[in-house]
Amino acid sequence: MTADTPPLPLVEIEHLYKSYRRGSQTLPVLQDISLNIAAGDFLALMGPSGSGKTTLLNLIAGLDRPDSGHLLVQGLDLTQLTEAELAAWRARSVGFIFQFYYLIPVLTALENVELPLLLTDLTRHERREHAELVLELVGLSDRNRHYPAQLSGGQQQRVAIARALVTDPALIAADEPTGDLDRKSGHEIMDLLVRLNQEFQKTIIIVTHDPEAAEHASHTRRLIKGQLLNNNREK
Amino acid sequence: MLKLTLRNLLRHPLRATLTVLGMAIAILAFALLRTMVEAWYAGVDASSPVRLVTRNAVSLMDTLPLAYEARIRAVPGVTAVGHAFWFEGVYIDKKHFFPQFAISLPGYLDLLPELLFPEDQKMALIRDRRGALAGRKLAARFGWKLGDRIILKGTYFPGEYQLVIRGIYRGRDPSTDETMLIFHWDYLNEQMKKLAPDQADKAGWFLIQIASPDLAGEVSAKIDAIFKNSLAETLTETEKAFNLGFVAMTEAILLAIQAVSWVVIGVILLVLANTMAMSARERLREYAVLKAIGFRPRFLTGVILGESLALALLGGVLGLALTPPIILALPASVMQYFGVFNVTTATLAIGLGISLAVGILAAALPAWRAATVGIAAALRKVG
Repeated sequence: MTADTPPLPLVEIEHLYKSYRRGSQTLPVLQDISLNIAAGDFLALMGPSGSGKTTLLNLIAGLDRPDSGHLLVQGLDLTQLTEAELAAWRARSVGFIFQFYYLIPVLTALENVELPLLLTDLTRHERREHAELVLELVGLSDRNRHYPAQLSGGQQQRVAIARALVTDPALIAADEPTGDLDRKSGHEIMDLLVRLNQEFQKTIIIVTHDPEAAEHASHTRRLIKGQLLNNNREK
Repeated sequence: MLKLTLRNLLRHPLRATLTVLGMAIAILAFALLRTMVEAWYAGVDASSPVRLVTRNAVSLMDTLPLAYEARIRAVPGVTAVGHAFWFEGVYIDKKHFFPQFAISLPGYLDLLPELLFPEDQKMALIRDRRGALAGRKLAARFGWKLGDRIILKGTYFPGEYQLVIRGIYRGRDPSTDETMLIFHWDYLNEQMKKLAPDQADKAGWFLIQIASPDLAGEVSAKIDAIFKNSLAETLTETEKAFNLGFVAMTEAILLAIQAVSWVVIGVILLVLANTMAMSARERLREYAVLKAIGFRPRFLTGVILGESLALALLGGVLGLALTPPIILALPASVMQYFGVFNVTTATLAIGLGISLAVGILAAALPAWRAATVGIAAALRKVG
């Protein structure tokens, strides 16, 4: 790749539609979405509640399936994968960060981070090493043995980020990662994501309501009533 | 998976403890009720295939002339015959019930090889017309020792009967009743001759030993044919069928007991299923996250099934472990009605099997729900 060649898109979306059924009604959530996200990009998806931003993130991350349209991630057509193939792809390629962290409360921070590695061929010792390394990266090496309930919100979200990172995925999908945090913790989390993007070239897509959080991303796209607006903010 | 299952198990210690205790009580109740039913059938199980019983065709309450014995003995295939009465005497008072039999000694004893006691006791019993043979459990219940004198007051048979304990037997098999009291039919007959001559020289039934179980049908038919159209027609059947006849009298109660034992299992199944459903509902988002990370539905099924099985088996094993001591602690007033009241291996195996089945069934719905729930739907957010 030369300096003037645009980076290859990690995510290619064309004419994507998604609707949900509620009783006898069909509710369109995403309509005719076309979007490319380059590898190493840090994209913020913004929009009011019900605009479809989380649905779009779920589709890109392989958590849900579109009604129609093309959806290629890493050159792979996600719509053609079986559930098992999709699960295996997610385990390999996507790290998830949720608003409410969703750590397993009965596992320690280290065990939570180690969890995705159970799906790999790593030995127990290697899994421990990886998990400890990533916890150190997010600044929580001294909280290895703590259970989620013994950690603050910001610390729990750091553990969740470590869990998302531990398999070294190509894509990190973060749904309102600062939504449940105070302002200071929110900043710390966003700074951490920026660092992951810049130092480790992780492709990150975040869904957020918070313009301050979105400021940390290199691009921002807005969704209104299931449609992607054309104004693309770039840093 | 094992770690997550174990940690989930201890997530709500109170809930888990109550569920395990509930399961333990249900399995304990099941095992006790089943043991009770088995105790009822113990006589049937202890029946010998080479023994027949000939009784009055009208009813068990009607007697047969003693003279029949010689004619029965002459039937081809018959190797030994003894006669007996069910003696419904009262020891101290009616609360002290135990089965009593007046039998033709010594011959009848040869027909009961399952009663084991020393030869010197046997000789003492045979020599003493007032001698009696008590089962080990019966002797222990009343603290009887060899040489002790006891008095039975007749009910159906008039008079008082002074007996001397000359032997204490133990059962050859676990199903052998060790609560019986046996004494001389001759002694009873002497009394009848004095007090109720019309009841003398009679028998309640004849116990017949045959050469081979295959001859049962043929010999039975021949015996009954001999006494057809007599004043006391006979009904000859295998000892098992004879004992089943007794059990059949209480069949409705037994069926009710069995039904109750299964209802108890049904209730605990619902309780455990509810516990598992509550747990799964609470953890649905965690399951969704695990699926998002890449874990397959079978992993979630394993975690839920493991937890359910652990609860069910812990409770089941606890309940089964408590069954023998609870049986030992049952009051004598209950135990007196059961000659044999042992927890069998079959009961333990069935109890364990039920625990396993309850664990699997209780996990089925929550596991299916966790396995099929959509990740996006479970995380419940459409932004």
